[in-house]
Amino acid sequence: MFTVLLEKTVDGQRYIDWLVSGLGWTLALAFFGWWIAFAIGVVVGIGRTVQNPFLRALARLYVEIFRNIPVLVQMFLWYFVLPELLPTTMGDWIKQIPPPWGTFLPALWCLGLYTAARIAEQVRAGIEALPRGQDEAAAALGLSGYLAYRHIILPQALRLIVPSLTSEVMGIYKNTSVALTIGVMELTAQARQISDATFQTFAAFGAATLIYLALALIAYQTMMLIDKAVRIPGTAPGREAGGSDFDAVKLESPVPNGMEVVK
Amino acid sequence: MNSLDFSIVVQAWPYLWSGLLFSLSLTAAAFLVGMFLGTLFALVQHFELRILSQLVRSYVALMRSIPLILVLFWFFFLVPIVLGHLSGNGRPVPVGATYTAFITFGLFEAAYYSEIIRVGLRAVNKGQFEACQALALSTFDTYRHVVLPQVFRVASPIILSQTIILFQDTSLVYVLSLTDLLGAASKLAQLNGRLVEMYLAVAVVYLMIGCAASQFVASLRRKYAIAGARR
Repeated sequence: MFTVLLEKTVDGQRYIDWLVSGLGWTLALAFFGWWIAFAIGVVVGIGRTVQNPFLRALARLYVEIFRNIPVLVQMFLWYFVLPELLPTTMGDWIKQIPPPWGTFLPALWCLGLYTAARIAEQVRAGIEALPRGQDEAAAALGLSGYLAYRHIILPQALRLIVPSLTSEVMGIYKNTSVALTIGVMELTAQARQISDATFQTFAAFGAATLIYLALALIAYQTMMLIDKAVRIPGTAPGREAGGSDFDAVKLESPVPNGMEVVK
Repeated sequence: MNSLDFSIVVQAWPYLWSGLLFSLSLTAAAFLVGMFLGTLFALVQHFELRILSQLVRSYVALMRSIPLILVLFWFFFLVPIVLGHLSGNGRPVPVGATYTAFITFGLFEAAYYSEIIRVGLRAVNKGQFEACQALALSTFDTYRHVVLPQVFRVASPIILSQTIILFQDTSLVYVLSLTDLLGAASKLAQLNGRLVEMYLAVAVVYLMIGCAASQFVASLRRKYAIAGARR
């Protein structure tokens, strides 16, 4: 069934090379996008819980905007709209970024900021799930707000939310496929290109599907390992005998209302 | 930077409105089909029906592991072939992108709803089942009148959050060149070249609907919890 992938393409490669290059872009988007998302998400999530009402409102605004606009629309905003709104010279400079990067960078940025809003909500849930006593003890020890977050609150909250972050990891690698709409040749785009070139749609989409499945398994297992490694001793372990039950962990995470489902 | 002219959006509004109506009807249809099938899938897994529950589990895991766009491409390709086989003559039946979108979203969302309901089913107190037995309710009546109503009620905020995400995801029918809200904006933008105004307007519409809906869900979450139930 998959033998067609070994045939030569018009440009002298084999079709499987197209898939591999697509996989590369998918992984690059997911991996770097994740770190952008994580960095911003933690900051915004903290912002949701601080005393300062102005910062809290700002963080809330960020989350509402980036979570309530579909990721595809955000993709178009970054790619088509932003260069037009910037001063002409800057906009032109952005439009002249050479081919793979001209679409890759907006896609990366878009995925990062979109996922950050979702991570921020998880971080907030993690912080709010901690007993008030932790805050109060930190204050009693004379720790400043910064030190309390740095040494008491964040280390606990971040470890608490590892299971719920699993679904965000799964979310970002699946959302990389949205980048094909602005022309990033990632995995799904390559699968479609192969299907168009060879009419072997089963083989092309089948191969892509298997790769995505493998990625899902790897992402899931990695997060399980991380959870096991950093779990706070004495807290309830996630159900380990879940089998292929991807979301048992997330749904039974210690974070209340962390049951949101991501695509 | 050209000066922005949002009067173009006002002119285009009837067309955008028809696109929005398509997005909403796709959401509603996918919600109904998805909830119906999702409940069936969840029950199949709950009763641990032998082969069927394995099949359903694999289906759910598969749908949740691959991107919706790829699923749309798959169905766009597969649905005509499957229908051809079902109709008996084996020739692919062209069904068009619109029906494909409705079928895909219904079947795809079923996987997500079924996970929510499956977890909800596990959360129902064992005493409820025992009480039903004591009342001599049949299995069907137990689930129809006692268990499922509680599951739907407890899970309603999550089901609704999922539906908000579903509404946003309907924008992905763009890849099938359908005229949903985003598709309408994009088609007009290609005609009149005002893509900045068009895409910004669409973003604002999505933002307003999304914010209103998530406010509604949040108020529901507070108000609608079963009294005394730990949530």
